[in-house]
Amino acid sequence: MTVLLLFMTFVLAIFLGFELINKVPSQLHTPLMSGSNAISGITIVGAILATQVGGTFGQVLALLAIIAATVNVVGGYLVTDRMLGMFRAGKKGE
Amino acid sequence: MTTVVQLLYMVAAVLFILGLKMLGRAASARRGNFVSGAGMLLAVVATLLASGLNFGIIVAGIVVGTAVGVYVARTVKMTSMPEMVALLNGTGGAASMLVGWNEYVQRPDSGAVAAVSIFAAVVVGAMTTTGSVLAWAKLSEKIDGKPIMFASQQLVNAVILGATLVLGLLFVINPAGTYALLIGYLILGLALGVLVVLPIGGADMPIVISLLNSYSGVAAAAAGFAIGNTVLVVAGSLVGASGLILTQIMCKAMNRSLTNVLFSGFGSGTTASSTAVTGEIKPVSVEDAYYILEAASNVIFVPGYGMAVAQAQHVVKELADLLEKNGAEVRYVIHPVAGRMPGHMNVLLAEANVPYEQLVEPGDVNPSMELVDVAVVIGANDVVNPAAREDEASPLYGMPIIDVDKARTCFVLKRSMKPGFSGVENPLFYKPNSRMLFGDAKASLGALVAEFKDA
Repeated sequence: MTVLLLFMTFVLAIFLGFELINKVPSQLHTPLMSGSNAISGITIVGAILATQVGGTFGQVLALLAIIAATVNVVGGYLVTDRMLGMFRAGKKGE
Repeated sequence: MTTVVQLLYMVAAVLFILGLKMLGRAASARRGNFVSGAGMLLAVVATLLASGLNFGIIVAGIVVGTAVGVYVARTVKMTSMPEMVALLNGTGGAASMLVGWNEYVQRPDSGAVAAVSIFAAVVVGAMTTTGSVLAWAKLSEKIDGKPIMFASQQLVNAVILGATLVLGLLFVINPAGTYALLIGYLILGLALGVLVVLPIGGADMPIVISLLNSYSGVAAAAAGFAIGNTVLVVAGSLVGASGLILTQIMCKAMNRSLTNVLFSGFGSGTTASSTAVTGEIKPVSVEDAYYILEAASNVIFVPGYGMAVAQAQHVVKELADLLEKNGAEVRYVIHPVAGRMPGHMNVLLAEANVPYEQLVEPGDVNPSMELVDVAVVIGANDVVNPAAREDEASPLYGMPIIDVDKARTCFVLKRSMKPGFSGVENPLFYKPNSRMLFGDAKASLGALVAEFKDA
């Protein structure tokens, strides 16, 4: 993977991010934020790969990174789901 | 094998994009979160196919992280959601910082691009970590939530930022054999996170939280560059961009620039009221308020941070149900920056089972405000301050507000006459159609509910 290709992916993803989020109703701001926050836990991939090499210290860093990223991922998705579970449309006949 | 992994990463990236898109619409939001979660699971599984992994460490880390994540997600109260989201931002930032650090420990001399990326991942990750912890401490009132300013703060910030960049430059020029530089800018990054959040207080928190969210994405993308991983770059930049958009929306809702929010120390007491407010305060008893509400056919509730503090969302909903039974139309008008995180009020009202069709934005109600019989302001202040419209000298001037002063009657539920977060006097309280209902919002609303039930 050349750096240039990575950079192109980066720029395109930024544009996509802008396009995706514009015009979201304000009632969804919190779940959207916490949902995208969970996605930032993707760094768990880097943390897992970090266990590949390195001495004891490198492994300690990797362990801490995995713990932190997992908290971000698991906590992020569950919290978002809990919030979204509360949003409901009005029931008819009420 | 790497081809398979790359393809799986691509599918994961597509799932993230679809998930984010679905999160943007109420009907599909919950499924969107699920889709994005599936993408995450796929990315993790694909990564586990790599060779040379230390599975002992991976399993240990995931077990501990999952236990903590499940515990906090299950136990956090809805009213504490802003600080929870802040903390989760912090863990993401910390993880990216550690990944960058580890990459340097493993491969200290893999070229300038890697060095720049490691620098960015470590510094932005460190900033996100301490900034989020400080935001959490402020929001959960472990420390005073007011802006904290000190002499020549901006100068100190500029010097530290400059020093960080210099260390980064030296590091990039000669990455190998300059471990001390990495530790140096890591510490400066941690300090920057604290310094950026210190001067920001209470009502500006929605902006800080979405900005920190953006940072955690940027840190992940930088870590992706450092280790040459596509899915990290894609997901990180998606989050970075979406966080920035949310930040911008929040700023627009306050009619302020991001620089102003970050550096002005708004609400630290330096912005005194400019014009004297004339008129008189008219308190109202619960009984009188009940008679006015009983006769009303068009009622709006305007919640603010005070509703969260008083945990009054359930009793608000109870009162709204009684009003509806009484034949009134009830809506909740939510200002985009009400509360302490984007969409804070919506989450609390959803917790109380308020259907989302009744949650409306200021622009939906303001043009027909004259038709509203009663506007009930619950613990909101700056977002209903008519000075934003009328008083050019006011620091709030230009901020879009909810025009409750134009409703036929306006009840303001308030503990005391203390001004809002901005420290600006609110002329709304002195308008002829305003009635103050002093006391704890939950208790006052409870008393109104009791009046309705007795009738």
